Amino acid sequence: MRSYRLYVEFVKGLWKQNPVFFQLLGMCPTLAVTNSAINGLSMGFAVIFVLVCSGIVISAFRKFIPSEVRIATFTIIIASFVTVIDLFFKAKFPGISKALGPYVPLIVVNCIILGRQEAFTSKNPVLPSIADTLGMGAGFTLALVILGSIRELLGSGSVFGHQILGSYFHPWVIMILPPGAFLTLGVLIGFINKFFPQRG
Amino acid sequence: MEKVLFLSPSPHIKDRMDVSRLMWDVIFSLLPAVGFSVYFFRFKAVGLYLTCIFFSVLSECLFLKLRRREFPKEPSAILTGLLLAMVLPPSIPLWAAALGAIFAIIFGKQIFGGLGYNIFNPALMGRAFLMATFPVLMTTWINPFTLDVVTSASPLGLLKFHHQLTPLWSLFWGNVAGSLGETSAFALLVGAVYLLVKRCIDWRIPLFYLLTVLVFSSVTFLLNPAYGSPLFHLLAGGLILGAFFMATDPVTTPIPKLGRIIFGTGAGVLVMVIRLWGGYPEGVMFSIIFMNAITPVLNRYIKPKSFGGKRS
Repeated sequence: MRSYRLYVEFVKGLWKQNPVFFQLLGMCPTLAVTNSAINGLSMGFAVIFVLVCSGIVISAFRKFIPSEVRIATFTIIIASFVTVIDLFFKAKFPGISKALGPYVPLIVVNCIILGRQEAFTSKNPVLPSIADTLGMGAGFTLALVILGSIRELLGSGSVFGHQILGSYFHPWVIMILPPGAFLTLGVLIGFINKFFPQRG
Repeated sequence: MEKVLFLSPSPHIKDRMDVSRLMWDVIFSLLPAVGFSVYFFRFKAVGLYLTCIFFSVLSECLFLKLRRREFPKEPSAILTGLLLAMVLPPSIPLWAAALGAIFAIIFGKQIFGGLGYNIFNPALMGRAFLMATFPVLMTTWINPFTLDVVTSASPLGLLKFHHQLTPLWSLFWGNVAGSLGETSAFALLVGAVYLLVKRCIDWRIPLFYLLTVLVFSSVTFLLNPAYGSPLFHLLAGGLILGAFFMATDPVTTPIPKLGRIIFGTGAGVLVMVIRLWGGYPEGVMFSIIFMNAITPVLNRYIKPKSFGGKRS
């Protein structure tokens, strides 16, 4: 029974409550860094790290955090982990850190992270919190990789840096520019709403 | 014999004009310019026109089929395809033109709910998309008749980047490099007169658009002749095509008369700002798209007083 519940908490974030496609949260990194699949993937990993670590800390200390100052407390905890991942990227993957630019520090204000703390981890024990945050983070990463792959394929003819479309293909420059993000996300969400209607 | 008295709510006088007739009139009025462009650019022009019209009609029909709507009885998709072809460079590959036509119909018009609901001019959306997608293809120009690729640019580009003036007579007849249907000011003006005489378009937007460009460029010409003469700015680029055939689109322009005057003036200022100080040599497309975007605001805040009522 316990393991079944953990499984449910994990799986819901992957698709049914996917933070990007169904909750429409975290639009800023979703639109800004998905000009290639690898950028989307690294942003996804950074978010998973921050989400899970701050989820563990907050659910462990949930009884001690006064509810009047909980948002400020969550933000400080999240900001600490964001600093960790930002410095880690800068030290180990300077290229990716440069490509992601200011969007790694901006994870602090990502609605998905604060939203999960408010909605789930501050009310639940540690294990379900890990399952929930892992699922949400994985769903976010999945969405970013899908978006990034489509945009990279059309915008430069490659996916994860592997050239797929040959020289006959003229890259659609617009797809790796900001308008391409809005177009791709809009079309994707349109199709998802068409084929997976949610009862609301 | 008993006389029958019909009582019905207004309107009592009905014109034969409807959406379909209006669209056909605009298409007819574009024919002189189409003829000139076929004369100048030969088979390239024919191929481009056919591709754009075919793919815009095809994508309109497919999209409506997917949405299980009736097929349109008005030729607005033909008009969109025609206008799109006229604002593309003649040397553009046909597949790129087809992509632009599909984008223009689906993302410029149908995604908003079809004709009457679109925010932006569909043909210009198609061109803006191609401009951002294939910047190199969209700025490669060919000379009329010879169809050689000119490495330099269209007349506006020549002025901006090479400080060369194109003779005004060539601009007037259209014997210059440029987008397919925009080169001949003469042919476009013939069509524009037809539309104005038949009252298919409102004279306010074109008049204030052109007037603003004239005044603006006169002032800058007096300050610094390197900016190009007022007549040059009126005849070069897509200004006449944009002013008479795109800025007058009934869907995407304001309804109140004052709103139309503001629309024309604002677009005129934007064209000159982009041409003189912007990154692109030509600004007609962006000026019209930008003014399209603020059209709902103009409609909302400039409400004419209703008869007998108070200004709200």
